Amino acid sequence: MDRTTASQGNPAAGAARGGLFARHGSALLLLAVIVLACAAPFLISNYRIFQLTLAFGYAVALLGLNMLTGYNGQISLGHGAFFAIGAYVTAVLIDKAGMHYALTIPIAGVVCLAVGFLFGLPALRLEGLYLALATFALGLAVPQLLKYKYIEEWTGGVQGIVLIKPNAPFGLPLNPDQWLYFVSLFVMLVMFWAGYNILRGRVGRAMVAIRDHHTAAETMGINTALYKSLTFGVSALYTGVAGALSAIAIQFVAPDSFNIFLSISFLVGVVVGGLASIGGAVFGALFIVFIPNIAEGISKAAPWAIYGVMLILCMYVLPTGVMGLARIGMYRLRARRLRGKRA
Amino acid sequence: MDAFLQQVVAGLATGGIYASVALALVMIYQATEHVNFAQGEMAMFSTYIAWSLVNAGLPYWVAFVATLAFSFVAGVLVERLIVRPVEDAPVLTVVVVFIGLLVFFNSLAGWIFSYLIKPFPSPFPVTPLKVGSVVLSMHSIGSIAVTLVVLTLLFLFFRYTSLGLAMRAAAQNPVSSRLVGIRVGWMLALGWGLAGAVGAVAGMMVAPVVFLEPNMMSGILLYAFAAALLGGITSPGGAVVGGFTVGVLENLIGTYVPFVGNELKLTVALVIIIGVLVVRPSGFFGQVIVKRV
Amino acid sequence: MIRRFLAVAVAVVALLTFGAVTQAAKYGPGASDKEIKIGNINPYSGPASAYGVIGRAIGAYFKTINEQGGINGRMINFISYDDGYSPPKAVEQARRLVEQDEVLLIFQSLGTPSNSAIHKYMNAKQVPQLFVATGATKWGDPKNFPWTMGWQPNYQTEGQIYAQYLLKNKPDAKIGILYQNDDYGKDLLKGFHDGLGAAGRKLIVLEQTYEVADPTIDSQMANLKNSGADTFLNITTPKFAAQAIKKSAETGWKPLHLLNNVGASIGSVLVPAGLENAQGLITVAYAKDYADPQWANDPGMLAWKAWMQKYNPEGNLNDASNIYGYNAAQTMVQVLKQCGDDLTRENIMRQAANLKDLELPLLLPGIKINTSPTDFYPIQSEQLARFEGKAWKLFGEVIKVD
Repeated sequence: MDRTTASQGNPAAGAARGGLFARHGSALLLLAVIVLACAAPFLISNYRIFQLTLAFGYAVALLGLNMLTGYNGQISLGHGAFFAIGAYVTAVLIDKAGMHYALTIPIAGVVCLAVGFLFGLPALRLEGLYLALATFALGLAVPQLLKYKYIEEWTGGVQGIVLIKPNAPFGLPLNPDQWLYFVSLFVMLVMFWAGYNILRGRVGRAMVAIRDHHTAAETMGINTALYKSLTFGVSALYTGVAGALSAIAIQFVAPDSFNIFLSISFLVGVVVGGLASIGGAVFGALFIVFIPNIAEGISKAAPWAIYGVMLILCMYVLPTGVMGLARIGMYRLRARRLRGKRA
Repeated sequence: MDAFLQQVVAGLATGGIYASVALALVMIYQATEHVNFAQGEMAMFSTYIAWSLVNAGLPYWVAFVATLAFSFVAGVLVERLIVRPVEDAPVLTVVVVFIGLLVFFNSLAGWIFSYLIKPFPSPFPVTPLKVGSVVLSMHSIGSIAVTLVVLTLLFLFFRYTSLGLAMRAAAQNPVSSRLVGIRVGWMLALGWGLAGAVGAVAGMMVAPVVFLEPNMMSGILLYAFAAALLGGITSPGGAVVGGFTVGVLENLIGTYVPFVGNELKLTVALVIIIGVLVVRPSGFFGQVIVKRV
Repeated sequence: MIRRFLAVAVAVVALLTFGAVTQAAKYGPGASDKEIKIGNINPYSGPASAYGVIGRAIGAYFKTINEQGGINGRMINFISYDDGYSPPKAVEQARRLVEQDEVLLIFQSLGTPSNSAIHKYMNAKQVPQLFVATGATKWGDPKNFPWTMGWQPNYQTEGQIYAQYLLKNKPDAKIGILYQNDDYGKDLLKGFHDGLGAAGRKLIVLEQTYEVADPTIDSQMANLKNSGADTFLNITTPKFAAQAIKKSAETGWKPLHLLNNVGASIGSVLVPAGLENAQGLITVAYAKDYADPQWANDPGMLAWKAWMQKYNPEGNLNDASNIYGYNAAQTMVQVLKQCGDDLTRENIMRQAANLKDLELPLLLPGIKINTSPTDFYPIQSEQLARFEGKAWKLFGEVIKVD
């Protein structure tokens, strides 16, 4: 982890001088993107709306993982477990307790917060590869537990649980796909806004300090144990919320939906999007939703071989992810502008 | 009592499989400070090459040696061509490259050789050894012996040869190594080559038991990873001990722990391993790295 | 004059209209004068990639049909997508096929989890989910899910046949069971339990499970041997079936070995395990096995072999999935032929539920495909077979379980 630059992780790097666009450029751009996202469901087919809804869910999960791995330096190969727990909490509450789906989302988040925090406590002693193994074990254990016959009554065992997609409330003129798109978009924006605030403030700086130089952070008075466990918890909360969203969108949960490849996809998404970046989560999510289909389109005989090649090429071209490339581009632009001013 | 012994023996046999793959993982870690997640798939691919050679009519040991040579060269090529461009990238970027390699080799093997299971010959006699009512297959004993031989060779190589020393230095401190005149790039490539060869041996020992197919190594890799870490990622001997421990543990849990049986034995085994790691974070025999601040 | 002209004009118009109405073809989405779009979801990647062979075989068969002129002059446009055996991906691909590609139906989607995930969607959208490639028993429920139909004999049927065989031929058996810990394994086990009944269940001395991710099943086999069982019900997929057969021989455990159909292929399981170890194995079968010498000169088998070599050369002759896909595709072709010019989704289901005594060249003699509006189980007959020498020797009657 000491190969990452210390300047990564500062999301609020704006220019102090310059005109309206230079000062608020990123905010205006963000606003434009949100407006576009709100208009999209009326312009594209239901199938594409569904794909984007899935991507929003994955983006929240990736932001959660990025907090843990990118900002705090704790590697996790098992975040699929929290995704699964969130999804199942939602499914069981809707199916067995008849709860309204909107209520289940925060509950799923809180349950995962608790589980993540509890997992983070013993994991404090583990570093690097050893932590990777522990999280890998978690990612493998949860699907097994979900199949366990003694809790089959609640979890539906191998058959899983089928859910019904909610209709738009108050008779709004939206079909269920569009309504769910807006729900997911709203949740995603809220989670991202909260994440931005967490990471920009003291907590974020403490997390990055722990990542970059653990001992120095401890010496400076940061309670590393508390922060590390809390980060695990919060990261799990985000992923749990994402799992809840995806369960409602897909209308089905089963142990087979949450195998270890999901956890690995999350890691791939975070790295491709860019470690220690919030925007990267969105790019990563789009990558994991759309690239496998493209790989399949190229070769039906060995789609994963193409996917593997694309992954490797992606890492050559963007070793620090999409956001890493964007950052480098921005630095170069700014440097050129400064040079221009001086001359 | 007999049932218990049989489970222990079966556990040692499976543990031998984990130990050999764990050895390849430790090998590559010692040489490059990276854990190659694609090690299992590369080993599987090497085994397919061996299978093709045997099918073409070559005698077993000729095919064995040829496969070792091929795997060595393939390992070197993978390092030089595929891993080198991301040598200086962040750790996780390299991990993603490994994941790409993993899915690539898996899919390629399935496409070239199909998913039908293939029997792979064993160089050891077929009739099993019976001690009382406990049955030991000669192949299990033979492959454990082979693993121990490989372990000894590796130990001697790293400890007592200058090339081994150079490789270890290149992995642990590339900058200083360059200053001393070690060609770090080629040391890494050599490490990958050796790991490839060790992996090929593991694959050829595993395949007669589990049958050769593209997904042969996926289940084993996890246990091997756990075994390597349990024994300490820097210790080849630890990897072997870890492998046997995991194998026996898994079997005994599956048989004797009520309510868990076979359904949750993976979970329980992993919980135990993590428990051990929490108490000894560097594994049984791993080096505890003390960093200067 | 004008009146006569008008009369003729009216007659001509009436004739044309009448002709148009009676000869009009009816089309649902995905069907036209030129083509019939058929969708499919198969695992071409992921843990079940071995079954991707089925999708390829079906594609190759439809290509053959197209080269022979198609069905009633229409070409089959077979669109197959990969779901990696992941239910969320299956939902995505199903929506893509139905909403984007606008296929007429989805045929032979594979895997119980994937099919469970799209089950409600397909029925809500009223798109046929036809001849799904899984043996789970729940697909034959026309009352609640009128748009879904299975194809192969379901697993519970198979389990019941084994149970009845034991009750009749070995009522004092001590039974040990090994089963895969997923929906398929549990489904077959349930059929076996039901077939034994409460009294018969007492004959079971030990049940062992395994996961697909387990490298070996040595531990489970050791436990089964030590339990003193003299009968072994083996509910495993090819790799583990071969391991079980080999291990059983190695440890000198020689029970009455009932091997489930999924793991009974000569080429993919028994040959790797060693034919000498497979003597006396019992299974139920419904299709012919390529490696079985008794079909070597069977005209249906020879035709299949020629087809494989010409249209599916990358496929392995020993892979039973290639026979499975061929059989399923032929069933689909029959349904399409029966539809004639009415290619609406409703008619597809109507004709699928109207198969009477359909015999296919690669089904065992005496096994016929029958469906009706209340019977959504196309193949319900199987026959017991015992492995002797190099072949599965059929014995007993063709058993039809309701």
